Amino acid sequence: MFTKQALLASVVAFAPVTAMAADMTIGFSQIGSESGWRAAETTVTKQEAESRGIDLKFADAQQKQENQIKAIRSFIAQGVDGILIAPVVATGWDEVLEEAQDAEIPVVLLDRTVDADESLYLTAVTSDLVHEGSVAGQWLVDEMAGEDCPIVELQGTTGSSPAIDRKTGFEQAIEGNDNLEIIRSQTGDFTRSQGKVVMESFLKAEGGENICALYAHNDDMAVGAIQAIKEAGLKPGEDILIVAIDAVPDAHQAIANGEMNATIELTPNMAGPALDALEAYLADGTTPPKWIQTESKLFTAEDDNQAIYEIKKDLGY
Amino acid sequence: MIRSTHLPLLITLATFLLAYALCASAYPAMLSTRVISNLLTDNAFLGIAAVGMTFVILSGGIDLSIGSVIAFTGVFLAVILRDTSIHPLMAFAIVLVITTVFGAAMGALIHYLEMPPFIVTLAGMFLARGAAYVLSTESVPITHEFYDFLQGLYWKAPSGGRFRLIGGIMVLTFLVGILVAHRSRFGQNVYALGGGAQTARLMGVPLARTTIGIYAISGGLAGLAGIVFSLYTSAGYSLATVGVELDAIAAVVIGGTLLTGGYGFVAGTFFGILIMGLIQTYIVFDGTLSSWWTKIVIGGLLFAFILLQKGLTWATQARRRRTVIGSAAPS
Repeated sequence: MFTKQALLASVVAFAPVTAMAADMTIGFSQIGSESGWRAAETTVTKQEAESRGIDLKFADAQQKQENQIKAIRSFIAQGVDGILIAPVVATGWDEVLEEAQDAEIPVVLLDRTVDADESLYLTAVTSDLVHEGSVAGQWLVDEMAGEDCPIVELQGTTGSSPAIDRKTGFEQAIEGNDNLEIIRSQTGDFTRSQGKVVMESFLKAEGGENICALYAHNDDMAVGAIQAIKEAGLKPGEDILIVAIDAVPDAHQAIANGEMNATIELTPNMAGPALDALEAYLADGTTPPKWIQTESKLFTAEDDNQAIYEIKKDLGY
Repeated sequence: MIRSTHLPLLITLATFLLAYALCASAYPAMLSTRVISNLLTDNAFLGIAAVGMTFVILSGGIDLSIGSVIAFTGVFLAVILRDTSIHPLMAFAIVLVITTVFGAAMGALIHYLEMPPFIVTLAGMFLARGAAYVLSTESVPITHEFYDFLQGLYWKAPSGGRFRLIGGIMVLTFLVGILVAHRSRFGQNVYALGGGAQTARLMGVPLARTTIGIYAISGGLAGLAGIVFSLYTSAGYSLATVGVELDAIAAVVIGGTLLTGGYGFVAGTFFGILIMGLIQTYIVFDGTLSSWWTKIVIGGLLFAFILLQKGLTWATQARRRRTVIGSAAPS
């Protein structure tokens, strides 16, 4: 143990530049594991770090900001080369980010942003929720190609930013297409069970033959709705087209089974672009843009969904 | 002179030193002033609240409301500073009065209605958390020059550690707590109450005043912890500090205070806090262990200390019995 440390210390002392590339240590302060997506994000981050030979220090904050601040301070004390944070709330980061800046440790925000001054962090890697909605809308526009199509919408939790932004994006995309109209829109609270219940009420109120497509703000609600459509004696994916967002494993399987038509990926791989930016910055000081948008990839029946399902199901979703 | 009652405190101290030595041998960076200053800064709010909790537990009671009171204080400060032009110092004074009165009211209920502290402070916990939610469910940022000024107060050690104001407030709170507990009439009354309400009454301890005072201190210190927490995060959030009361209780017990009351030291709680902080730091330094190991280790330590306390109690009782028998025997 001691010799290894002495060796490391001498390497660091004599060849700081090469040592950095070889043994990079990155601290990652994760919010917790409250959702399947977040668990997948953690798994993917660990995989990304391992494939690059980065020593990842992982700290789960158990949904508490004080734990995140403590973890970041410990990372600084430890002298890591870079810090990744998925911040639990937007406020209250200035002090600890200043300390990181003071110690010349670059910080990258994952998946959410903070209220602090932009100069305090290197960059933020997030998805664009409005864009996700518009990709879904555009898919439907292309798919219908001018045919009349009454749409029902399952919204996320009322007032939550994903629900607001995904709705806005979808509406922007279908705007100007008179053949597409949202006839009913209600919240399914992002859950499978509510998605099913609300879809049942849509089917009762409108009649299954009068609904052409379903847009759900997340896959879980869509999976619930598929159940409701089947129970009503209709064929999901054929009688009613289904497009949703997130690309969780179950959605890929539903597409593979022909019960769903499209899903837009909220990628759990936020760390990939973040580590790219960090590596470039540490190597020669390349400053990335302040916002790195992750790709909102569209998956349809044309992709090999069964294969994607097999890969994704082990990520912890 | 070392008495058997000092033993839990000494064991806590030894545990801390041993843990620190182990951590430092694994990660030499643990010896840096940064880690020491982080231990003080990051645990400031918990430490302050734990001083209040020490008094409560010394008296044989429990206070479950402090986590909620800290959150309430933070949200109250954030909202009042956002919506009015009151100076933060004035806001601090107002909130300290509110939380102290809140604590005193719980103390009064406990004493006059002869209710178990567990139930009364459980109600207080829901009340304070509810009040915080009513003020705001969102995290409210605090932006005020005076906050920036207070946050800018720190002493930077040569190797980069920042000893911040809030860490200093915690240390000061502990010093005052030690003086009050061991050098004042009130402190003696707290210990007497912890030894048994009946005995304390016979000894002439003013039960009402002491009980109300204890919970007022706990409430007021939770308010101070809330102020410190708002300085720590520059925000007030109604979901913050859930379960901090349990961390505080754990720190008090690891610090060597008997959960049944009557025995213990405020200084022990300080080391209890540091031990808990050290465990967290170690787990982050390691970076591969699940953070939940913090809870497991603290659980294990708590269990060990409870067993230790029980063992000591038995040992002293057995010795007393022996001395009694010994002196009764004809010589």
